[in-house]
Amino acid sequence: MSDEERLKVLEEKAEELRRLAQANGLDLSAEIAVLEEKIAELKRALCLGISPWERVQMARRPDRPSGLPFVQALCEAFYELRGDRVVGDDPALRGGLAKLAGHRVAVLFHHRGATPEEQRRARFGMASAQGYWKARRIMEVAARLDLPLLTLINTPGAYPGVQAEAHNIAGAIASCIWQMLRHPRPTVAVILGEGGSGGAVALAAADRVLILENATYSVISPEGAASILWKDAKFAQEAAAKLKLTAHDLRELGVVDEVIPEPPGGAHTDFTGTVEAVREALLRHLGELTPLPLDELLRLRYKRYRHVGSTNSAH
Amino acid sequence: MPIRRDKRDRYVEIEVSAPQEPLWVRCESCGELIFRRKLQENQYVCPRCGAYFFLSARERVASLVDDGSFTEFLPPRVAEDPLGFADQIPYKDRLTRARKETELFEAVLAGSAQIQGIPVILTVMDFRFIGGSMGVGVGEILALAMERAAQERKPFVFVISSGGARVQEGVLSLLQMVKVVVARERLAQAAVPYVAVLTYPSTGGVLASLGGVADLTIAEEGALVGFAGPRVIEQTTGERLPPGFQTAKFALEHGMVDAVVPRAKLREELSQALSVLVA
Repeated sequence: MSDEERLKVLEEKAEELRRLAQANGLDLSAEIAVLEEKIAELKRALCLGISPWERVQMARRPDRPSGLPFVQALCEAFYELRGDRVVGDDPALRGGLAKLAGHRVAVLFHHRGATPEEQRRARFGMASAQGYWKARRIMEVAARLDLPLLTLINTPGAYPGVQAEAHNIAGAIASCIWQMLRHPRPTVAVILGEGGSGGAVALAAADRVLILENATYSVISPEGAASILWKDAKFAQEAAAKLKLTAHDLRELGVVDEVIPEPPGGAHTDFTGTVEAVREALLRHLGELTPLPLDELLRLRYKRYRHVGSTNSAH
Repeated sequence: MPIRRDKRDRYVEIEVSAPQEPLWVRCESCGELIFRRKLQENQYVCPRCGAYFFLSARERVASLVDDGSFTEFLPPRVAEDPLGFADQIPYKDRLTRARKETELFEAVLAGSAQIQGIPVILTVMDFRFIGGSMGVGVGEILALAMERAAQERKPFVFVISSGGARVQEGVLSLLQMVKVVVARERLAQAAVPYVAVLTYPSTGGVLASLGGVADLTIAEEGALVGFAGPRVIEQTTGERLPPGFQTAKFALEHGMVDAVVPRAKLREELSQALSVLVA
């Protein structure tokens, strides 16, 4: 029986139980819940009804759990570190030191803002050069203090602006990637919403990369790909499918290690549940990585990134 | 193909087409008709107005290394068209066409060479090959070259001419940014120096990865240096770009590069830099 057929059978059974319960006044809620759980699981596996383009829209929702509220809910304590110590402080990329289930960690995250004013100041989560120089600084603090590094990614991309260029945003992103790869403790990245290009990869050179089910990770936005390759923004939906940017595609490509399920309506319908699911996954991966000696950690990290996309892996 | 600038000294988009070999070439910057051999002798810089024409990777290698010292590395085995991508034309066809037009395996050429007697591992990008974009193939060639440089303890030289990531390889091209930096870390561990040379254009994912983490960075006079292209910045932010924005001079003034040199002096500049980098 195919997954589609199994899903149909399960849905019919659930419907039958609901009818029985209603007709005979029986309490079958436990049985129904078990079936519903299975149905949700199958639907997730099948990615039913959600096209890549719809996931792109889900990932971009302003009410998607992420940013400062997410970190405050995830960690028992969070102390923000601000400023790149040279030019300024970027409200779109933030970070600090925190406690997660009793463990000291450093956290970096994109912050898109809740109010229109905050969103404007954070340029909708597009961090500028100061943001990435600050991220590098916080990574260095974490390395000195021997702390694991967690990153929570949700950005359309790095900010393309005159000041960003004047402050060497390319060098800042490159330095973040390098610093992350040199980090002496475990690093785990979670893509919560949009994983937009260089602005995302700067925080994603991690030992483990996890992604929420409706989040995306891509070299370019579907709109950008459409206008560059198809010379017509109308092809954005087609580009979204071809770029293989959905969580399940990324898992198949080996780019992410785990897809964290979202509630059926999407992460924005259940903030607390989403935070809990991310916390559980983070702790599990940190638990696996923490006992590894440094040379082993670095060896695995090298192996992971050195052979991305290469068929010739016998080095 | 010349680099065009508008009146405010910004760069203008350029079309790269199949290399043709007419006897005369028109400089699109000043309109001068130049005898091809004369242009070649002048290292593809317009003798009248000084505009920079593209150098192919092979011409660039010839202009930098001691005669006959370049030994090209064999192309690596990589996943071709890992996503099975097609836009208006299949990506596989684009690759085939680029290979035919440039006579290169990929957008970067790698080999061992000597620069004024100093042995180096040299990698040179070619903008004619799908905009010098970095996909799995380019990432692999660069990583192999760096591993070799670390092993043989030879300085690593990387000449950039790239518009950024190879969009047709999706997120796998994005992850080449991590691949080349993880290999760059091997150079650092072996205390082997790395020199980046930025030419026209040095942008996007190549500048924001390997291009951004050299020990010493030299920009060619005609270079464009930036994360986002001028058009993207204007369209996204509506900002007016200041005169001279993202030029080599701008990069020097903003602390991004160690030197700016004209094309004719690049070889001499490199050898001077190398002389203080190697024992």
